[in-house]
Amino acid sequence: MTDASPDRSRSRPRVSADGFSLAKLLLEGRAFFALIAIIIVFSLLSPYYFSVGNFLTMASHVAIFGILAVGMLLVILNGGIDLSVGSTLGFSGVIAGFLMQGVQLSTFGVILYPPVWVVAVLVCVLGALVGLINGVLIAWLKVPAFVATLGMLYVVRGAALLMTNGLTYNDLGGKPELGNTGFEWLGFNRLLDIPIGVLVMAVIALIGSIILNRTAFGRWLYASGGNERAAELSGVPVKHVQVSVYMLSGICAAVAGLILSSELTSAGPTAGTSYELTAIAAVVIGGAALTGGRGNIRGTLVGAFVIGFLSDGLVIIGVSAYWQTVFTGAVIVLAVLLNAIQYRRRVKLPSPAGSPPTSPQKDKAQTADPALEKTAG
Amino acid sequence: MNAAPEFEPAAGDTVLAARHIVKTYGGTHALKGVNFDIHRGKVTTLFGENGAGKSTLMKILSGVTTPTSGSIELDGQSVSFSSASDARDRGISIIHQELSLAPNLNVRDNIFMGREIRGATGVDFAEEARQTRLLMADLEEDIDPLTLVQDLRLGQQQIVEIARALSVDSRILIMDEPTSALSATEVEVLFNVIRDLTARGVSIVYISHHLEEALQITDYAVVLRDGAITATANARHINLEWIVRNMVGENFDLGSPPAGYAFGEVALSVEDVSIADASSSERSVVDRLSLEVRSGEIVCIYGLMGAGRTELLECIAGRLQPSGGRILLGGNDISRLSIAERIARGLVLVPEDRQRDGLVQTMSVGANLSLASIGSFVRGMLLSRSQERSLVHASIRDVHVKSAGGNAPIGSLSGGNQQKVVIGKMLTTNPKVMLLDEPSRGIDIGAKAEVFRLLGERATRGLAVVFSTSEVAECLSIAHRIIVMHRGRISAEFGADATKEEIMTASGEAVVSDHEEHRSHHRDRR
Repeated sequence: MTDASPDRSRSRPRVSADGFSLAKLLLEGRAFFALIAIIIVFSLLSPYYFSVGNFLTMASHVAIFGILAVGMLLVILNGGIDLSVGSTLGFSGVIAGFLMQGVQLSTFGVILYPPVWVVAVLVCVLGALVGLINGVLIAWLKVPAFVATLGMLYVVRGAALLMTNGLTYNDLGGKPELGNTGFEWLGFNRLLDIPIGVLVMAVIALIGSIILNRTAFGRWLYASGGNERAAELSGVPVKHVQVSVYMLSGICAAVAGLILSSELTSAGPTAGTSYELTAIAAVVIGGAALTGGRGNIRGTLVGAFVIGFLSDGLVIIGVSAYWQTVFTGAVIVLAVLLNAIQYRRRVKLPSPAGSPPTSPQKDKAQTADPALEKTAG
Repeated sequence: MNAAPEFEPAAGDTVLAARHIVKTYGGTHALKGVNFDIHRGKVTTLFGENGAGKSTLMKILSGVTTPTSGSIELDGQSVSFSSASDARDRGISIIHQELSLAPNLNVRDNIFMGREIRGATGVDFAEEARQTRLLMADLEEDIDPLTLVQDLRLGQQQIVEIARALSVDSRILIMDEPTSALSATEVEVLFNVIRDLTARGVSIVYISHHLEEALQITDYAVVLRDGAITATANARHINLEWIVRNMVGENFDLGSPPAGYAFGEVALSVEDVSIADASSSERSVVDRLSLEVRSGEIVCIYGLMGAGRTELLECIAGRLQPSGGRILLGGNDISRLSIAERIARGLVLVPEDRQRDGLVQTMSVGANLSLASIGSFVRGMLLSRSQERSLVHASIRDVHVKSAGGNAPIGSLSGGNQQKVVIGKMLTTNPKVMLLDEPSRGIDIGAKAEVFRLLGERATRGLAVVFSTSEVAECLSIAHRIIVMHRGRISAEFGADATKEEIMTASGEAVVSDHEEHRSHHRDRR
């Protein structure tokens, strides 16, 4: 939890005073209190739960979902949804594995062994590319986000399976003489005792937080998610914003894919199946509105921790995997229920007009009619 | 209030009496203690400008909304309607101004929606279809009951809406603008149906912007202005001039055109712009319209709903693409630029529907105010909070937004203050030309005057202002020039000395027998 975003309550999400108030914390902190409750309950139930070592292990599990969820948050703030991130995660791992095996250029008769950082960059570019396709489909070709990314979920997963014929790349270690070692660094190493994956998540969350709170892009994102028409008329490049969020989500998925395949030291084409749903759940538990415009990085990260700490805790106390699924589902429903209660209070605004607003569509339609001519009298 | 009731109806023929009806929305008084009688077997027409409260009153009488206070007596018995279907069960039905049909269903299913005729095996579609055919025969309209409503043209859809109301066998039938999309012959048929209904004892409440047409059919005339009844009369004793005089009244002073300075160069120039109709390619909502506005000048565009005002302004702002013609800003063609590029060059639009197009409800007052000028407080990559705060403060002071400060949620503001936020947002971009589509819609008279004063003051500093309105009184406030739009064209152009009657006549509101007459009038003035 290194989200450095200043305190922002949802009722006044922007330009807030950097003050601290208990009421605001209580309002916003539902998910946070749930997390504390989870930690207390499992610490009482199991002697192994409450330890720095276990927290770090759990945090590295959370990291994958946390990174996906940050990308997902950007998309959801825009009022969209990205179902393709799980597949993109799997595809990214496969591509990384493929590159680590060496790229055979038959025309030149050479085999290229790109160094690890090149692999990482290429994989991120790939993730951005998947996001670009999503974004163009949604913003310019007007395909509904749910359908476009659902399609990409299948296409990308299929591509990953085609790449390996359904098999898994197991040898990701690289060879010292080829200069491409170090792939396991992402998944295994620690810096100051903290797993690299967790640090990557922290950095991504920090960047995301700065983007959302301190850049014009972040403001555009909140505005176009809150009311796209108003944002457009205020000069916000709504289409560019839309394409960008899907690209950022794709990059987040690619990074998560790199970390996961590094942790597993293997890259399977089915990795990350249904992870998109966990990411969406984290965002929702974190208080974001699926209709767009409301939500923040801090809440989303807490949401990811709630899911991760809950399911790991259930494993530690030995609850069956089937019950874990039930619990996770119940938490999600509860979170959405609370969101609905919180947002319902301010959704309805009094319409101040005596006359109902008429839409320009109607206006247009009326003029369309040849029968508008009046010659009575 | 200038007119005492000129006609007192006999008590016995009142089927429904509304007494002291008050309706408030937030701080806005839509109706201020209205007394309204519906006479048995007669047509009572309610006249009034947009926002006078006609539709609100009709919604209350038909159970769609409940009054804040006041009582309704039906046949001398005090009643209160819990819902529209409750009112319908007591014999009151309404034909809404906005069509309330399901376009994906056929005519038969729309007419019997919610009260399907039950047969032995589910819905008796054959009986429904038979009744639908009878209704269509009454209305002399050849529409098959199985036609999808979306395949009908708008006038026919309105016929279906009327047929649905007729199918209920109401004692009281409220018609809110039933003829807005009908042809002259269809109006004649409708009037015959109305005469037939009244002969059978059905009471009609009629609302129309086409004053002379309404005068033909009505027995009683009631005029509503700013939420209060200003005049009541038997139709035999009145004429068009009486209606207009009572509708418009002596209005609150909305200011006068700012004077004492010379206009600058031509700031905005619209050349032969046409806008194709979204639903049919042959027709144009705006038809080869040309317009020039100088900096410092305030131009008002008046017209009825559907005249093409909104489309024209949205096209100039860049939301709609013109099908022909071009738009020049300060002499440069901006027809191909995006909305953002037009804002950057100094052309902004304050949209008609501020909830839908003007405000981001999820953001604070401050974030809404600064949204259009984010670029001015970006330093490096990041937003400068202190600069944003001072910009927001300056803007709140500038347009007199009454709020708890920049952090207040936008929803906590009144309609007038929300409108000032939308205007303030666009003013912070330092525009050269400001377009406002119905800037006074849904805000109270005080806020209205404040908005106009603000615009007038900006005009003296060189801002070119174009605003549209459907209230005549607003044309005669701060505008230097009044343009009347009718069916996508400019039907007349007046100076600030025009009269209300002239403007309403040119808009097609009062009857226009010969459009060419106004075209020549237009030429004369130039």
